[in-house]
Formats: sequence, structure tokens, C-alpha cells
Amino acid sequence: MNSLFSFWWSHRAELAALLGQHVLLVAVSTLVAVAVAVPLGVFAARRPRIAAPILGVANIVQTVPSLAMFGFLLPVPLVGGVGARAALVVLILYGLLPIVRTTIAGLRSIDPSIREAGVAMGMTPRELLRQVELPLALPSIVAGVRVAAVVGVGSATIAAAIGAGGLGEYIYRGLSMVDTTVILAGAIPAALLALLVDGSLLWLERQLSARRRSRSPRAVIGAAAVIAVFVLFSSGVAARRASGAIVVASKNFTEQLVLGELVAQALEREGLPVSRRLNLGGTLICDRALLTGDADVYVEYTGTALTAIFHQPIQPDSATVFESVRAMYARTGRALLRPLGFNNTFAILVRGDEARSKQLKTIDDGARESPGWRAGFGYEFVGRPDGYPGLAKAYGLQFPAPPRVMDLTLTYRALAAGQVDVIAGDATAGLIKGLDLVQLEDNRHYFPPYDAAPVARAETLLRHPAMRVALERLGGRISADTMRSLNYAADVEHRDIPLIVRDFLDAGR
Amino acid sequence: MPDPPGLPRAESRELPAIEFRDVSFRRPGGPLVLDHFNLRVETGEVLALVGRSGAGKTTILKLVNRLLLPERGAVMVEGRDTREWEPIRLRRRVGYVLQDVGLFPHMSVAANVSVAPRLEGWPGERIDARVHELLELVGLAPQQFEARWPDELSGGQRQRVGVARALAVDPPVLLMDEPFGALDPLTRAELHAEFRRIQQRVRKTVIIVSHDMGEAFALGDRVGVVEEGTVIACDRPGVVAASRDARVRRLLDALPAVPR
Repeated sequence: MNSLFSFWWSHRAELAALLGQHVLLVAVSTLVAVAVAVPLGVFAARRPRIAAPILGVANIVQTVPSLAMFGFLLPVPLVGGVGARAALVVLILYGLLPIVRTTIAGLRSIDPSIREAGVAMGMTPRELLRQVELPLALPSIVAGVRVAAVVGVGSATIAAAIGAGGLGEYIYRGLSMVDTTVILAGAIPAALLALLVDGSLLWLERQLSARRRSRSPRAVIGAAAVIAVFVLFSSGVAARRASGAIVVASKNFTEQLVLGELVAQALEREGLPVSRRLNLGGTLICDRALLTGDADVYVEYTGTALTAIFHQPIQPDSATVFESVRAMYARTGRALLRPLGFNNTFAILVRGDEARSKQLKTIDDGARESPGWRAGFGYEFVGRPDGYPGLAKAYGLQFPAPPRVMDLTLTYRALAAGQVDVIAGDATAGLIKGLDLVQLEDNRHYFPPYDAAPVARAETLLRHPAMRVALERLGGRISADTMRSLNYAADVEHRDIPLIVRDFLDAGR
Repeated sequence: MPDPPGLPRAESRELPAIEFRDVSFRRPGGPLVLDHFNLRVETGEVLALVGRSGAGKTTILKLVNRLLLPERGAVMVEGRDTREWEPIRLRRRVGYVLQDVGLFPHMSVAANVSVAPRLEGWPGERIDARVHELLELVGLAPQQFEARWPDELSGGQRQRVGVARALAVDPPVLLMDEPFGALDPLTRAELHAEFRRIQQRVRKTVIIVSHDMGEAFALGDRVGVVEEGTVIACDRPGVVAASRDARVRRLLDALPAVPR
């Protein structure tokens, strides 16, 4: 608990910025959802034949898991990509259904004689809507807005996966560092925010449905003013993301966060303006961001680029892979720079005590044990052509049950805790050292080389000549052992990544 | 009270204020509700229509303010076919008091009463004065009632507000659909007296619909008996009460009556 408070205190500026981004995401998306959903609900309430399909479509949208939705939107121009804009689109889509539904319900629940009285007094449909129907449906509509906003607070945490910021950044960062404190540092404020939003909108709803309904405009105006002030404040905090800066991206595991920070600080030391968009949800998201210009540089692994991005067959030779990947990047307007100096191949890992007692050295040794083993793999490893399917074939692995699929960073803990017996981790993972795990040697040379190297948009390199200099200077400076200690400092010692990187750069001067 | 705009009085005396000419009406896909229905209502008279539930009484009222249009025949209001009336203009000239009042629950008494004047764009002081005038007319002390809410009123008070609201822009015609149906007998008798007093002051053309023979006889200058989509008797109360027509007699005996 103490560590949580000290984390908040030491990160208070960042916490405020993330909270501000979070509130801004939810507020903007909810307001837009209201602006779209209420007219849609009014339209549909009068035409039952249209209401059913509208609700049907909105229902389907709602059932798409938000992470999948972000995935769908990645390649869509204008609304897709990574960053706050795409996150807003997803959050707006989620907000529509509850508001449309309660708008329709609120309008339909109005006593027909009240509506008839309005018509008989000579109200035009517009006057009837504004003076009678909408005021009477308002409590119901606000109930829908409440649901939309609370769901929005939750979904916005996932938006961190595509670099939209918000409190989800702590959750993802904590997950990748396997650090409960950091997870809670994001999760607790998000939960409190949800409760606050829920409570205040519930209060508003009660005010509106209370007897003194016509006093409600004052309550509505008051609440709107409070929200507006809050949003303005948040946007002020959130707007600190500099524009025109070089956007440094990373994937969402510790090593990538370290490398992203390393690139960012290296550029900053050259006096270049940098904006960090770390912790993006995977290889394809980073690649897409680089293509669309949402990001300018991140560190990729040659083998990953070869197979996952360019869909080429696996090759064993490191130099060949580097050259062919660099050529393919060049054709798409991107430059692969000098490798950093380590090969982060997949590491087939087992518990140290088991490896020692059974004398396991190579994956061939492991394959003999595989009929008695439970395997746990990350999503990417299971899906990639150079991942599990090929590995199983190359070594004749025979697990009694299909591998359990889980978040990559959780697999280390699962292995150490004995929940699984073999995992595919990163060769440079600090946890290997921290949790006493042993890497089985790839004696059949199944895995291609995964040399880490920065890849940048050629256009940005031309715009900032100092950028290439700074990135090339990092080349060859990080051995596998160095990388493992950097990861260890972050994952096991829970040191702040910016500090780890700063110390490393200072030491190398 | 200002004179209502519209036709000069001399001319409207010659024309009936409301006339049903051979009107037939059916609900979509249903049987005929009105079958070659004829009716004249003179300017400034109170016509009370009685009949069983489902005899088409409410339909008759909705045809007058164009909430419904006839299948055949024509409904003339101030000498003009309702089809030719611009519906909004027509409805501002026809006050409507509903069976279940239909007060707007989200508006105060004053706001309910002033809906039509506000729609007409009256200036604020004129609206305030009119609300006071109307609340006094229907026997509700303005200071005490204008800021109240519909759910703070008794049934009788709500009905009075409903009448005040219908009279707000001084329409020449007033339609009343079972206006006192939901009230206890004492309150009802009180409101009957009140209605007669008000009508003496405002002299509207009124169609009042009721399933209560006693109420019809108490309020109507003439009483019309509606049965199976036509008028089977229409005359001064004494004449209808003395009718020898078997169907009229049956209704007179069957319908509840309030002792006078």
C-alpha cells in the first residue's frame, strides 16, 4: 500500500496527465455519442420498423470486444490507426447503444394522453418534441448516458493499447513489468473515476425524475458546467503532447519500453523534440503506426519483421535476414538502422530446478519430456509462423493438451509458480535471471535471428539529420547480457525505466 | 376578455359553428365507428353528447380538431372543411379538455396554462396576466396554485387547470371529453355549477361528451344521444327526457344518472 502511494507521489505529474487524458477521452466520446444517439433514438422511436435494425446493429457493435475493435480499425483511413482519434471512434461506437436504447424507451413510455394533449393544443411535431417529449424522456436518456460513460471509463483503459494514453498506460505498463503496484496505480484511479461518474450522473438522473422537474434545467446547466470545467482542465493537462515532435513508439513489453525510452532519450540528448507513444499493443500496431506516420521510430527485431510483417519464410543467417528486411523496409519508405547488438530470439524456458535434476540442456532434451509437460505461450508465439506450430514440427513436441495461451509476461510467473512447465520467452528477459529459469538451446537452429534495430520513417530522418546520427550511435552498444540486466532492473528491481535508461546512457559517455 | 379573432359575429350566427355532413369514419381495418353521421352545433351553445362506451363519442371530438379525418363526408368548423384548415391554426381555435386531463407533469400549473399563449408568442406580461385571469376564472387562487405541480393537485383541481389551459388563447370552440368522469359525485356537482358559471361569462361553442345522462342533462343546452354511429335523438333536455323512442328510453334507463 505504501509503495502505491509513493508511486503516485513520485509520478504525480504523469498521473495527472494520464487522468486528464482519460477524462478527456471519456467526456469527448460520451458527448459525441449523445449528439449522435439522441437524434437517432428520436428518429427510431417513431418508426418501429427502423428501431429494430438500429438496435440490432448497435447491439452487435457492443458485443465486439474492445481490443478486437481497435484491431479492426487499425487499417481504416481517417478514423483508424493508433492514438486518441481511433480510441475516440471506438468509445463513441460503444456509447451509442445504451443511449439510443434509453432514448427510445423514454419516448415510448410517455403517456399517450399527454402527447395527445400537446398535439390537440396545436403543437408542431418539433414543439412537441422540445417542450414535452424530450423533457419527459430526459431522466431515461440520462440513465443511458450514465451507462455509456461508465462503460467508457472502462474501455478507455484498453485504449492505452493503441497509444491513446489514459490510466490504462499504468495497467499495461504494470502488466508488462509484472508489477502489481503499477497495475493498481492505474486501476484504482480508473475504478474511482468510474464510481464518480456513475454517482454524479445517478444524482443528476434522480434530480431530473424528482417531482420538481422544471427546476431541472438549473441542475442540468450546473452539471454541464462542472463537466465543462473538468474537461477544460483535463484537456489543458493532456495537451502537453507536443506537436511536430518525433514520435517514438514501442510494443508493450518491458524490453520494448526500455528500448523505446532509450531511443527517446538518445534523441532528446541531441536536442530533438520527442513525443513518446510507448506501450502499443503489438508488432502490427507499431508497424501500422510507422506506415501511417502516427509514429516515426521504434525498435524492431529482424526475424519478426521478416515473418510477421513481410510474410517471408524463415532464414537462419543473421546477415541475410538483416539485408532482406532492410530492402523491404526501404521499399515502403522506412529505414532499418544499425542493429543494437543483441539477438532477442525466442527462448524455450523451463524451471531451473527441473532442468538441473533432469539434465536438460537442449530443446531436443525437452522434447523427450514434452508428453508430461503443460505448455504456456503468449498470443503472438502461438499465431506466428516462426512460433509454436513450426517449433512443434521441428522438434516433434507432443504436449498432452494444447498449450495454454496467455499474456506473454504472465507466462514467466506461471512457469515459476509451476502452473505450466515450459514457455517461450524472450532470450533477454530480466525475469530469466530473477525467477531462476533456464533456456534450452535451440540445437536444430529453428528460430531465425531476432536482431534488434531501430526502424524509422525515411521522411523523418531526412527532416532531422541529427536523428540518424543519434540512432546510429546506439548501434552495437547493447549486448544480450546488457539487455538482460536492463530488463532485470525494470522487471525484478522495479526501478523506473526512464532512470534506468538515463543511468545507462550516462555510464556510456 | 378580448374578442377572439376570426369571423364577425353576425356571419357566424348564420352558419353553424360546427357541422358534421354525412360523416363516415372507421378505424384502420375496423368496423365503421360513425355511419352517415349528421350534427349541427350552433355558435355559443353547449351540446352534450351521451352514449355507451365505444359509441364513437371521442371520435366525434377528434374529427372536429382534425386529430382524425373522416373517411367520407365533411366536418365543417366555422363553415370550413377541416381538410382545408391548416391543422395547427385549427387546433389553436379549438380548446380540448381530455378525459384524463393530460396535464404536462414536468410543468407547473402556470406553465401548463400558458402553453398555448407561449406557442402563440405572447409577451411575458400578457401571459402572466392571462394565467391569473384564467386561474381565477376556474376558481383557483393564483398565488396559491400557479407554482404548484400537477401531482400536488386533487382530481378536481387538475380538471380545473385542464379547463383553464384549454381556454388560454380564448378559442371560440371548446371540446370536452368526459371532463368530470373521474371525480367523486360531490366534486362533480361542484364543477358542473362552476362550468355553467364559466360558460355564462365566456359563451363558447361547446361539445361535451359524457356517458352520464345526468351530467348531459345538467350541462347541455341540447342533448344528443349517440348509438351505433348515428344520432338517434338531439333536442332540448326536456324533449329528449320525454322521448318515446325505444332505443332512447333504453339508454335513459341504462345510463347512470346523477340526481339533480
